[in-house]
Amino acid sequence: MKPLLTTLAAATALSMTMVPAAFAQQEHVDACFVYVGPANDGGWSQAHDVARQKVEEHFGDAVSTRFVESIPEASSEGAIERMARSGCDVVFTTSFGFMDPTLAVAERFPDVKFEHATGYKTAPNMSAYNARFHEGRYIQGVIAASVSETGTAGYIASVPIPEVVLGINAFILGAQSVNPDFSLKVVWVNDWHNPGLEADAAKVLLDQGVDILTQHTDSTAPVQEAAARGVKAFGQAFDMIEAGPETQLTAIMDTWDAYYIDRVQTILDGTWEEQNVWLGLEDGILSMAPYTNMPDDVKALAEETEAAIRSGDLVVYEGPITRQDGSVWLEDGQIAEIGELLGLNFYVEGVDDQLPQ
Amino acid sequence: MLESILLTIATAATPLLLAALGELVVERSGVLNLGVEGMMIMGAVGGFAGMILTGNPFIGVLVGVALGVALSLLFGFLVLTLATNQYATGLALTIFGLGLSGLLGESFIGRSSVRMPVLNIPGLSDLPVIGRLLFGQDIIFYLSILIVIGVTWFLFSTRQGLKLRAIGDNPQSAHALGIKVLRYRYLAVMFGGACAGLAGAHLSLVYTPQWTENMTAGRGWIALALVVFASWRPFRVLAGAYFFGAVSIGQLHAQALGLGIPSQLLSALPYLATILVLVIISQNRRLTLINTPASLGKSFVPDR
Amino acid sequence: MRLELIKRGNPSQVLRFLSPLIGLALAILTGAIMFAVLGKNPFQALYVYFVEPLTELWSVHELLIKAAPLILMGAGLSVCYLSNNWNIGAEGQFIMGALAGSIFPVLFTDVQGFFVLPLMLGFAIIGGALWALIPALLKARFNTNEILVSLMLVYVAELILDYLVRGPWRNPQGMNFPESVRFPSFARIPELMPVDGRANWGIVIAILVAIGIWVMLSRTLKGFEIKVLGSSPRAGKFAGFDAKKMVFFAFLLAGGCAGLAGIIEVAGASAQLRPTISPGYGFAAIIVAFLGRLNPLGVIVAGLVLALTYLGGEAAQITLGLSDKVARVFQGALLLYILACDTLIHYRIRFVRTPKAVGSAADA
Repeated sequence: MKPLLTTLAAATALSMTMVPAAFAQQEHVDACFVYVGPANDGGWSQAHDVARQKVEEHFGDAVSTRFVESIPEASSEGAIERMARSGCDVVFTTSFGFMDPTLAVAERFPDVKFEHATGYKTAPNMSAYNARFHEGRYIQGVIAASVSETGTAGYIASVPIPEVVLGINAFILGAQSVNPDFSLKVVWVNDWHNPGLEADAAKVLLDQGVDILTQHTDSTAPVQEAAARGVKAFGQAFDMIEAGPETQLTAIMDTWDAYYIDRVQTILDGTWEEQNVWLGLEDGILSMAPYTNMPDDVKALAEETEAAIRSGDLVVYEGPITRQDGSVWLEDGQIAEIGELLGLNFYVEGVDDQLPQ
Repeated sequence: MLESILLTIATAATPLLLAALGELVVERSGVLNLGVEGMMIMGAVGGFAGMILTGNPFIGVLVGVALGVALSLLFGFLVLTLATNQYATGLALTIFGLGLSGLLGESFIGRSSVRMPVLNIPGLSDLPVIGRLLFGQDIIFYLSILIVIGVTWFLFSTRQGLKLRAIGDNPQSAHALGIKVLRYRYLAVMFGGACAGLAGAHLSLVYTPQWTENMTAGRGWIALALVVFASWRPFRVLAGAYFFGAVSIGQLHAQALGLGIPSQLLSALPYLATILVLVIISQNRRLTLINTPASLGKSFVPDR
Repeated sequence: MRLELIKRGNPSQVLRFLSPLIGLALAILTGAIMFAVLGKNPFQALYVYFVEPLTELWSVHELLIKAAPLILMGAGLSVCYLSNNWNIGAEGQFIMGALAGSIFPVLFTDVQGFFVLPLMLGFAIIGGALWALIPALLKARFNTNEILVSLMLVYVAELILDYLVRGPWRNPQGMNFPESVRFPSFARIPELMPVDGRANWGIVIAILVAIGIWVMLSRTLKGFEIKVLGSSPRAGKFAGFDAKKMVFFAFLLAGGCAGLAGIIEVAGASAQLRPTISPGYGFAAIIVAFLGRLNPLGVIVAGLVLALTYLGGEAAQITLGLSDKVARVFQGALLLYILACDTLIHYRIRFVRTPKAVGSAADA
C-alpha cells in the first residue's frame, strides 16, 4: 500500500503547489453520482437523478454532472474508483451499501470529495448525509388516523433496516396522537422495487380490512391498487398524484436537490468540510406533496403538524413512548438520542407485526 | 373477502400461466427457451407503449404480443436455423430483452395509464364467490383459460399436435417420416413468444398498469419452473400457476396477520413448496418419463 | 432464399479460432451503428467500451476481480453441462459457499490465525457443494428435474443470506444496518500486487482450478467418462459408467467451485457479507461456460471477455453518459453474435434458392 500512498501524496503535494489550499475556490465543479438502481426507477435512484438535474439547472455552466446507474452494492468499489479517477470533484454515492466501498476509495483519493447517503461513516474527505423521512411519516399517521374509518392502516414495507422501522414507528406515533387505539398492519416485500409484489401486498392488506395504505417501497402500484378499490393512500419518494388523483392524500417527496445545491456551492466557494448530517423537513431535503382528498379540518391539522415539526415544537421521537412489549422507552419529555434512532430495531406500541431480531 | 382473495390469486397467476403455457408448447417441440423473462419484459414494454401511444389497451396487447414474437424469432433463427446452444442463447436473449426494453421504455416511465377494462359476462358475473373470479375479469384472463383448453386440445387431439410431440421426442425419426421439423419448431417458438408477450402485457396493463424497468421481477423464471412442475401438461400448468399464486399471496396474508414468522422464510415458501410438489410428482417415474420431451434442449439439423 | 447448414466432416480448426472474432466484429459493427444512432461518436464509444478499461493497471485489476468468480463457476459448470446435468443454480451455490466460509470471521471471532483462511476456503467449498447436493440427490433419487430445483434454490439461498445479514449475523457495532462485521486481515484473501490495484489471489486460484479441470477432462479416464455419459448415456452404460454417480460428481464439483467463488468474492473484494453479494455472477457464469465452449481453457478467456463488458459498460456511462441499458443491449448482442458464429465451426452455411410458395418459416 505504501508506494501507492506516496505517489498519491506526491500528486497531492504537486496540486497543492499550484493551488494554495487543498479545498480552494473553484471555477467549475464536476459532480458525479453513483446510483444503486436505474436512473429512472421511479423511486429512490430517480429522486437522486432529478436532484442531479436540478443541480445542473441551478448552476448552469459552472457545474457539470455525470452519473453511473444500476451499480450492484456487491461490486461498487470499482465503479466508485472509476468515477474518482475520471476527474470528479465530488462523488455522491446514494445507497447505504456503498458506505464501505466509498470509504475505501476516499482513502485512496484524498483530493476528491465524497458524499455518502444514509450511512454513518465519514472521513476527512467523506461526508454522510441522510433525511429524517420519519417526520413525513408522522404527518401521514396523523392524516391516516383522522380519515380512517376502520382504525387500521396497512404499511407496505421494503426491507427491515432502521430507516424503515423508524418510518413505521413514526407513522403509528402520528396516528396515535389522533386515535390512541389506531393499529397498523405491516407486510414486508423484501424488495425495494417490485410493482407486482407491491400490488399483491396492497390487495392483501385491503382484504384484511385496512382502509388506508402507505408504502416504503418505490413503485406506484400500491397507490394504483388503492385507487382501484376506492380507498386512500400515501405516495412515496415522489408526488404520485397521477397514479391516484382521487386517492393520494399526500406523499413524502425526496428533494435531495436542496442538499446537493448546497454542497456543490461549498465546493465552488472552497468551504466544503466533512460533516455527518441528518436533515429534516425544515432543511428542504424532504417535502410533503399537496394535502389533497381530505376534509378541510384534516388538512388544517396536517399543515399544523408540519409547521410544528418544522419549527421544532414537535419532535417525533419525544416521550412518553412505549415499546411494543409494553416497556417504557422514552420518559415524558425525553428525546431519543440520534445514535439510538439511527440503529433502531424495535417497534413502538400499536404495530401489529413482529420485527425479526 | 374470499372472492377478493381469489381474484388476487388469479391476477398473480395469470401472467405465470400464460408464459408457462407458451413455454410448454415450445418445450413439447424439443426446444428449451430460457429467454422467457426477456420476451415477457418486451411484451410488458410493448403493451404499455402501445396503450399510451394509441390510448387503446387492446392495441397495447397486440403490440406486446408482437414484440414477444419478434424476440422469439431472433431466438428461433439462432437455435433453429443456426443450431446454437439453446441454454446459452436463451440466457443471452434474457439479457438482451431486459436491456432493450429498458432502452425502449425510457420515455414511458412515470406515465399513468388506463387499466384494462373488465368484461362482465351478464348474469354469471353476479354469482356469489366465483362470479367475479370466473366471469368478471379482463380479456387476458379469459384468453389464458382458453389457451389452456386450446393447447390441450391441440397437443392431444390433433394430428399437428401429435407431430409436434413426435418432434419433441425424436426429431430425427420425425424428419425421416417427412415432418418439417424446423417449421414446427419455429411455429412453436413463435407461439411461446406470443404467450410470453401476452403475459408481459398483462403485467403492464392489468396487474400493475405502469411501466418500470425489470418489472417482470423474475416471473419468466417461475414460468419456466412451472412447465417442469406440471410435467408438460397444460392443465397441470394451470394448477401449478394458481398454486404458486396462492402460496405467494398466502405468505403475504400470514405477514399481515402479524404471526411473527421471519418474512424471509415466508417469502421462500413458494419456492420450497414448488420443490416439494415437484419431488412428489417426479417420484412417479412413469408419468414424468412419458411426458418429458426426450430431445429437449438438443439442437436438430436436418441432413439433406 | 433459405439458409441451410451443412455439417463439416471435421470441426474447422481455423474457424474455432476465428468464429469468436467474427462474432466480436459483428457486435462491434452493430454497437457502432447503435452508438451513432444515439448521437455518440462510434469509434470513441467502442474505445471506451473495449480498450479504456484495459489501459490502466488498476482497471485491469478490477477486471481480474470480476473475472475470477466467472471463471471458477464457468469451469465447474462446464463439467455439469458436458455430463448432461443442467445445473443453473450456481448463484445459490455461490451464496451458500460464501455463507459457510464466513462462519469463522462472523461467528467464531475468537478463532484467529493464519489457518483461518484455508478453513474458510474449505468450508466454502463444502457449503457450495452441499447446496448443489440437493438437486443432485433429488435427481438421482427421485428423478426430479435439476434445472428447476437448482433455480428455486437460488431464491432460497438469497433469502437465507438476507435473513442472516439483517438478523443474527449483522455487525453488532453496525447500527443495525444490514451487513456483517468486516473480515479481519487474516480472514482476507491477500492482494496480488497491492501497489497497483485490488486484485487478489482469487484469480490465480480460479485459473489453477480451471486448468485442473481441463487436465481432468482431457487427460484422465474421468474426463472420458464425463463426455461419454454426456453425449450418449447408453454408450456410457455399456462402458460400465454409472450415470447416477456422475450426477453427484458433476454437481458436487460445480457446487464446490461456486462456493469457492463465493468466499473469494466475500473475503476478497468486498470483505464482508451484505444482503446481496453477487451481481448475478452465477447466471453470467452459465454464459461464460458456453462462450468458452465448455472447455475450461476457453472459459478462462470467456470469463475475461464477459468481465470486460461489465467494466466497459461502467466506463461508457461515466465517460460518455451512455445509459446502462445501452451497455446491456450491447452485451446481449455480443453474446448472441458469438453464439451464432460458433455455428461456423461445425457447419458450412449455404444459401438455397427456394421455389415459390414453399417459402418456409425458416426464412424468418
